[in-house]
Amino acid sequence: MPFRSLSDIKSQLDAGETTAVDVAKLYLDRIKAHNGDLNAFVHIDPPHVLAQAEASDAYRAKHAARPLEGLPIAVKDIFCTLDGPTRCCSNILEGFEAPYDAHVITLLKEAGAVLVGKTNMDEFAMGSSNETSAFGGCKNPWNTDCIPGGSSGGSAVAVAAGLTPAALGTDTGGSIRQPAALTGLVGLKPTYGRVSRRGIIAFASSLDQAGPMTRTVKDTAMITAVLSSHDSADSTSVVDAPSFDWLKACDAKDMKGLRIGKPKEYFIDGMDAKVRQLVEDALKQCEALGAEIVDISLPHTEYAVAAYYVIASSEASTNLSRYDGVRFGHRCDNPEDLEDMYARTRDEGFGSEVKRRILTGAFALSSGYYDAYYLKAQQVRTLISQDFKAAFEQVDVIATPTSPIPAFKSGEKTNDPLTMYLADIFTIAVNLAGLPGLSQPCGFVDGLPVGLQWLAPAWREDKILHAASAYEGATDWHTKSPFGFEPKQAGGNV
Amino acid sequence: MDIDVKKIANLSRIRLTQSEADELAPQLNSILGYIDKLSEVNTDGVAPTAHPHDVAMPQRADIATNPDRRDALQKVAPRTESGLYVVPKVIE
Amino acid sequence: MSWEVVIGLEVHCQVNTKSKAFCGCSTEFGAEPNSQTCPVCLGMPGQLPVLNRTAVEKSILTGLAINGRINLESKFDRKNYFYPDLPKGYQITQFELPIVEGGYIDIPTKDGEKRLGVTRIHMEEDAGKSMHEGLDAVSHIDLNRSGIPLMEIVSEPDMRSADEAIAYLKQLHQIIKFLDVSGADMEKGQFRCDANVSVRRPGEPFGTRTEMKNMNSFRFIKQAIDYEVNRQIELIEDGGAVKQESRLWDSVNNESRPMRSKEEAHDYRYFPEPDLPILRVTQEEVDAIRAGMPELPSQLRHRFETEFGLSPYDADVLTQTQALSMWYEALVAAHPVNPKQCANWLANELLGRLKDMNKDITESPISAAAFAVLLDRMEDNTISGKIAKDVLDAMMETGQSADEIIEAKGLKQVSDSGAIDSIIEAVIAANPEQTEAYRGGKDKLFGFFVGQVMKASKGQANPAMVNERLKALLG
Ligand SMILES: [Mg+2]
Ligand SMILES: [Zn+2]
Repeated sequence: MPFRSLSDIKSQLDAGETTAVDVAKLYLDRIKAHNGDLNAFVHIDPPHVLAQAEASDAYRAKHAARPLEGLPIAVKDIFCTLDGPTRCCSNILEGFEAPYDAHVITLLKEAGAVLVGKTNMDEFAMGSSNETSAFGGCKNPWNTDCIPGGSSGGSAVAVAAGLTPAALGTDTGGSIRQPAALTGLVGLKPTYGRVSRRGIIAFASSLDQAGPMTRTVKDTAMITAVLSSHDSADSTSVVDAPSFDWLKACDAKDMKGLRIGKPKEYFIDGMDAKVRQLVEDALKQCEALGAEIVDISLPHTEYAVAAYYVIASSEASTNLSRYDGVRFGHRCDNPEDLEDMYARTRDEGFGSEVKRRILTGAFALSSGYYDAYYLKAQQVRTLISQDFKAAFEQVDVIATPTSPIPAFKSGEKTNDPLTMYLADIFTIAVNLAGLPGLSQPCGFVDGLPVGLQWLAPAWREDKILHAASAYEGATDWHTKSPFGFEPKQAGGNV
Repeated sequence: MDIDVKKIANLSRIRLTQSEADELAPQLNSILGYIDKLSEVNTDGVAPTAHPHDVAMPQRADIATNPDRRDALQKVAPRTESGLYVVPKVIE
Repeated sequence: MSWEVVIGLEVHCQVNTKSKAFCGCSTEFGAEPNSQTCPVCLGMPGQLPVLNRTAVEKSILTGLAINGRINLESKFDRKNYFYPDLPKGYQITQFELPIVEGGYIDIPTKDGEKRLGVTRIHMEEDAGKSMHEGLDAVSHIDLNRSGIPLMEIVSEPDMRSADEAIAYLKQLHQIIKFLDVSGADMEKGQFRCDANVSVRRPGEPFGTRTEMKNMNSFRFIKQAIDYEVNRQIELIEDGGAVKQESRLWDSVNNESRPMRSKEEAHDYRYFPEPDLPILRVTQEEVDAIRAGMPELPSQLRHRFETEFGLSPYDADVLTQTQALSMWYEALVAAHPVNPKQCANWLANELLGRLKDMNKDITESPISAAAFAVLLDRMEDNTISGKIAKDVLDAMMETGQSADEIIEAKGLKQVSDSGAIDSIIEAVIAANPEQTEAYRGGKDKLFGFFVGQVMKASKGQANPAMVNERLKALLG
């Protein structure tokens, strides 16, 4: 059960073979057994989880089951929830309990989901290893010496280790796809504007997007179908976003007629050769499934990381100004005066990576540097979008590695922020262009999962789901689970 | 170009000790050094992109709907008095 | 050599809406502190702005009224600074591309009208209120005002005296009230002004300017500008230099002082607000707003002068508010024979009485139609002007019609020559000495007889007829 897909559990619930309460109990037990080692969850309230499960069973007894009826879903600590603390894994939100639910939390509740708890993350989603969390890092169940990726590391670990069948993350520069890749999961960043950002603690407003992390492509579709809904209280939530039947898009068994772009800039020297090989192999398999592989170029890829760091840090530097110790969250003890209150509150509340980004962003926006940094980055962003537009005139989808390397050892890059930033090199351009991107498992390097990334034009997640479903149907990478976390009776199976 | 860390930190209202500033300066300089890569790109005549999609802003009808939730909203405040937020004295 | 004064004005004007600019909180004035706040205007984590449509429409209307160009695409930006009454740590404002650019306002001067340029009108949100008085080491923050929609109306540096600045502000204030885009109540902070002031020798480039912040009375603005002009001239003539700074007007000590808050070099780090996409309005929407625009004070003044023959002064008085001008037009419609008489009686008699009662024209206890009947009764000689004033008092007090009061109090003017003759005869009989003296050539006594006759008739005798009959009977 713990490594079964969401849709399998749903079938069991629908068939009356189990109950939401039993399912919740199973995962609560597993969290109890393993979270101490993994540190995937930073907040869990078992009685509240059981109460939700009971309510769901009661609902099912009286009404037709809702789309996620009784299904456990964990959410990153970045989602504001009425129940329990919301900390964004930062000390600056010490004591904060949101007086509102994020819009997507409301949607999950309305769809009958059972919210399992809050998962660990990089502080304010700034990081690629989950090591900047105020609650400490979390461990990759495939090798507990390694990081799980980030910033949605806790959500990735929770699903990968079978502590929940599905979780929500957010993706500003790869924060869903990269940890999904590094823990062997499916993770989707929807098209910017498809999912409401209201109640999700902002990192970079023009890049942030929430999405699911699951074991299978269909599970991802099931959850995205619920999340995909216009929100009139988010001005960037797109009205009349093109939609389609999410589950039907996962029925594809082959790739006949599908043109897959293979951008040369994503298969480069300096990336892990074994990772590259696995992705090349995956593309061969796609060819065997009927796809046509087209060599393409996305010429401004090399500048994506630089443009991203300017834009994301600039937006973050002002998004985080509201943490000032006045209306919520941490305030320093005995401030001498107003300036002392601001400066010490923010010094004590923010970790060093968050400070680095705030300072980088404030600098990029400051007088005398705006044109050379912020404005320039926005122009480069235009060129990156144009690259994708041109490419999608030739192909239906683009396939790339999700991360240039598999999971690395904890502590390995913490003192070298720049190298850490380069870990996101393949995921960042998608956020700049606002396009959808999905990572799915495509093999292992030295026992560590490797991700295959699919990109599509805006609003065409259906094309991604088509390709990813066909690939998943022809492979069994998604069925693997990490040694040591399977239920007592079974053995490791990698 | 060397970033004036203290000045930017002050602008960002973050107190940095000298040792923190000394540690951050080279890190920020190496990040900015990498970002300088952008100057290689010819962006003459290229419009900037602030929003990923070219969509128009929605507008709401002018209706006052919010109820008074002061007590609930101030429960998370570090310091209040008679419904007012309390801060160290503001000097104009 | 003389000095030339250069003044530019920035007016922050609260847009008249029911809800705030970016959230559904009420804008009602005077509520309990922080009772009109929500997660959005408190800047709580994850909360997002959604723009108020009415704020957009009223900004466009104002732009049209000052002859500005409406940008069919405009943008919002963030202006970043830390202040406890600014919840998000930034103000949402329009920096790069405002909704209105260009425009002008004409002001009357001794040498005819002068055209003063308007640079732009942009939309933004207000901050909250910090309170320090009576508090020792702390300040209190009320965020009810946080997020209330403002228009910032920025002028060209076209004013050359404090009087011109005040004339501009008064015109603007009037237009805004006319359009009902703002209550523009200065005491409630709905119309606040920053003045940029510099001096130069004529023909030279602009001097260094100082900014006088946040003034909310025409009198203080004039005092502050005059003070600042003198301060700068003295400073320069003493060999000093003006420092670019923000200053606060201290209306108690009648002096200004530099603001102490240290916003490092004012590095506001403006950049496009990522939470708000581009604001688009169509030409059709703009045209519809234009079509619904009421006649503006300057147009009305012109029409009142040409159509009704009013003096510029009366035309100005009667176009102070839209309600007043409409009241006047209703009055003329009901009493079309004498529009000037309408203007005199409205401006001098009715408005004077309303002022004593602390009311404005919208609160008048009598309607324009009822007032017109009073003017009719003067016109048809039922009552004299003097009696009419008493009737008006009674109308204001009781709400009764002019006819009811005239009837009840028996105030009808006496125009019957027989009745007047008998009063005159009685007066002559009672004053034989004066009669003899008058007839002996003492003409000055005529006034005495008029007074006696009017007194005896309780003021109801028709004065013209009294004159005529007295002359005849005194011989
Ligand atoms: Mg302003
Ligand atoms: Zn509000």
